[in-house]
Amino acid sequence: MRRFVLGLFCALLIAGPAAAVLPEEQLTDPVLEARAREISRELRCVVCQNQSIDDSDAPLAADLRTIVRERLSAGDTNEEVMAYIVARYGSFVLLKPPLDMQTILLWCAPLLVLIPGGLVVALYLRRRGQVAAAESIPLSDEERRTLAAILKTGDAP
Amino acid sequence: MRRLAFILPVVLFLMVAAALGLGLRRDPSILPSMLIDRSIPTFDLPGVVPGDTLGLASSDFTGKPVLLNVFASWCVACVIEHPMLLRLQAQGVTIHGLDWKDEPAAGAEWLAQRGNPYTLIGSDPRGRTGIDFGVTGAPETFVIDGSGRVRYRHVGPITPEVWAETLQPMLARLETET
Repeated sequence: MRRFVLGLFCALLIAGPAAAVLPEEQLTDPVLEARAREISRELRCVVCQNQSIDDSDAPLAADLRTIVRERLSAGDTNEEVMAYIVARYGSFVLLKPPLDMQTILLWCAPLLVLIPGGLVVALYLRRRGQVAAAESIPLSDEERRTLAAILKTGDAP
Repeated sequence: MRRLAFILPVVLFLMVAAALGLGLRRDPSILPSMLIDRSIPTFDLPGVVPGDTLGLASSDFTGKPVLLNVFASWCVACVIEHPMLLRLQAQGVTIHGLDWKDEPAAGAEWLAQRGNPYTLIGSDPRGRTGIDFGVTGAPETFVIDGSGRVRYRHVGPITPEVWAETLQPMLARLETET
């Protein structure tokens, strides 16, 4: 029993994430198949949208996986295969969005937040520094005497 | 300066809220078509009934603007759309059909039961022509002008509103263009 549980545990350790690729879809050439998997992981399934076609069980994703493998077998480079799919479904299918006019705002968004936010923080810190400097003027003789009196008697004059 | 420091974040918040609010009203499942104002892909498909209908080819899209409707016998929303297509056919609208990812016999059976609103039908059992059109599901409808260019793509069933507000005015405009 213990051996069985241990075996089960070891099996869980070596289990990779499940992909939707069916055995009959796979290419016999392991190099091409590896490239096909690599491309499939970068392409969004247009039916389920937040899964790659490598993960998706949708029939259309299976068709696209087959197309990817056909293009690779026909001698296309990875980029040419991607371009083939993008020509039909748009750059939305790329899970890593390219930098172009449509996505410029998306790419600049972190800077758009960081720069004004940094300015606000810088201004705040500078002002606080000035206030702190203003507060560090030494006590006058009058104030020093009052302070000594307070410390001596324990209450204000 | 003080006042600005107060107003600016409020204005920024309202702008972001407006942008996100508008984003909520969009349907993210509808992707923009890559084919708008471009020629339809080249294809030559057989019909759904062997030897019976002519089939559908890209060369059939010349002369006048037509609709290309993507349907399938497995498609649930197509059943809802179907009476609308039959009405449009009765009004004299030319609709070609693409039986997408469907056995031709199943498509033929489906049409035999419900009536055939299509002038020409192409059978695309492997779905490749649909993929060339950037189809993401059925039903989808393309407006194709007289010179074989895609002018509009509608995702989902054609409702009376979609017809009256979008497709009909567009076809009427394209009629005068050619």
